[in-house]
Amino acid sequence: MKPIKVSGDSVISGVIKICGYSSILFVTLILLFLLREGLPALWNVPLSSLVSTIWYPIEGYFGLLPLIGGSLLVTISATLIALPFGIGTALYLSEMAPRWMKEVLKPVVEILAGIPSVVLGFIGILVLVPFLRTTFNLPTGLTAFAGAILLALIAIPTIVSISEDALNNVPPAYRQAALALGATRWQTIWGVTLPAAKSGVLTAVMLGIGRALGETMAVMMVTGNAPVMPDKWNSLFLPVRTMTATIASEMGEVANGSPYYQVLFLIGILLFLLSLIINVTASSVSTRQRKRAERILS
Amino acid sequence: MEKKTFSSARVTQGFGFMLLRLITLLTVIPILGLVGYIIAKGAPAINWQFLTTMPTDGMRAGGIMPAIVGTLYLTLGTAIFSVPLGIAAGIYISEYAADNNATRLIRIAIINLAGIPSVVYGLFGLGLFVLFLKFGTSILAASLTLSIMTLPVIISTTEEALRGVPNSFRVVSTSLGASRWQTIWRITLPQGMPGIITGIILGLERAAGETAPILFTGASFFLPQLPKSPLDATMALPYHIYVISTQVPGMPIQIQYGTVLVLLIFVLGMDLTATIIRSRARARRQW
Repeated sequence: MKPIKVSGDSVISGVIKICGYSSILFVTLILLFLLREGLPALWNVPLSSLVSTIWYPIEGYFGLLPLIGGSLLVTISATLIALPFGIGTALYLSEMAPRWMKEVLKPVVEILAGIPSVVLGFIGILVLVPFLRTTFNLPTGLTAFAGAILLALIAIPTIVSISEDALNNVPPAYRQAALALGATRWQTIWGVTLPAAKSGVLTAVMLGIGRALGETMAVMMVTGNAPVMPDKWNSLFLPVRTMTATIASEMGEVANGSPYYQVLFLIGILLFLLSLIINVTASSVSTRQRKRAERILS
Repeated sequence: MEKKTFSSARVTQGFGFMLLRLITLLTVIPILGLVGYIIAKGAPAINWQFLTTMPTDGMRAGGIMPAIVGTLYLTLGTAIFSVPLGIAAGIYISEYAADNNATRLIRIAIINLAGIPSVVYGLFGLGLFVLFLKFGTSILAASLTLSIMTLPVIISTTEEALRGVPNSFRVVSTSLGASRWQTIWRITLPQGMPGIITGIILGLERAAGETAPILFTGASFFLPQLPKSPLDATMALPYHIYVISTQVPGMPIQIQYGTVLVLLIFVLGMDLTATIIRSRARARRQW
């Protein structure tokens, strides 16, 4: 009786261990298949074409710069919009809101996190885009700015929840000390609590940027799908196209294995690497800070 | 002099607090406005016929039944693959894994899986499941793609839920002669279950609303009949919304809002369920 039980235990432990390592397997598989399909683009398409500013694949122009530029423009603008709202809301929730207010407001922010991006894109087309067109008197409301606003909405819940965690993790002793020294509550928040939570807030912002950069549907639906270089002073109010939108809108039309197909996978590799850099940096910032805080407090 | 600085600090505080309140209001009101607007615009479209009949006239009339059924299939398919694997992986990290470099590598892998853009999952699913394993554009390929995307959410929440179970529970169980697995199966896992279920629902909720990963792995705009096997392509609510709002000219606006509302109810319903389970468990917890 007993030996059977023991061996059963070790079988289960073995299975669980394999499952535990599965995420490493999947990340490797993802990278492998992206490379397998996308890397050949580097010798099938001349490099001079890839680094040019014209994306017109039917004629063989595979310039990635307008797409990278489009992604950067939309993501950076979205971050600038999301930053004050995300951090401001996190500060209010963590430092000012009474308990019942928190219980009401946090689920509301979570609702935003749960709304599918295609729904935001839909409302974007029907409400935001016409609004922008009439307000700013534009030829079309389908612009980088519309994409930036939707991406800000998508990034805000991430920024709020992670920043709020970071603020809550600031030891109460910090606040008490500041107040005891005669600082007002506002001076405490601004001068002590927020700086103490700096790295957590930074992590939050980076993860928010990561979400915005990788977002596809909402951006594709409202940015006008024009792969032009966003190098004009008013590019924010012109149509653009991001890397993600290019993959999503064109992959359905290409022949498997063609150079066009391979370039779309190459864009996928770029996105993979960018998200890798952002996420690893974000997590290393937060762990380093936690270790330092542990040292100080112990 | 001193009194003056004191009062100017007070004025700054007043402004600061006002600003934070205003910002929070400006964040919260659009969210509620958005949901309220969709409900108001979409509710008139929803009736029994809309939910249970096939679309007609090139989507411009009739119901959205196949898209609803397709989303249910995809969510279920995703659950079949991601739930057992995700829970097992969460158990490994919380209960078995030593604090070493291999575990650190697993953590980095999970963080990366969570951060990979959804459209890149779509590319991967196309490369591996659709083409290499020859599943074709199918429910199977789309579900597997969504599963891998959902995995990090389930792993992290399982780990967190199990870590929340006090160590004394494990010590007592082991001291009574239970093996490691018996302790996990009988004690740790049941105690952590509410947290795990919450995580599963939140992960599946995300999968149900995603469009980009199923674009090239399993979604189809119109099928004359429901899928018969996991190797058939399927219609799905998110993809349907994308197509009817961007590619179909003359699409009645009411059907569009109705479809959006159905997806929103589906997704936010899952959200609400998760919230209720979490707060109930928190209220009942004895440690």
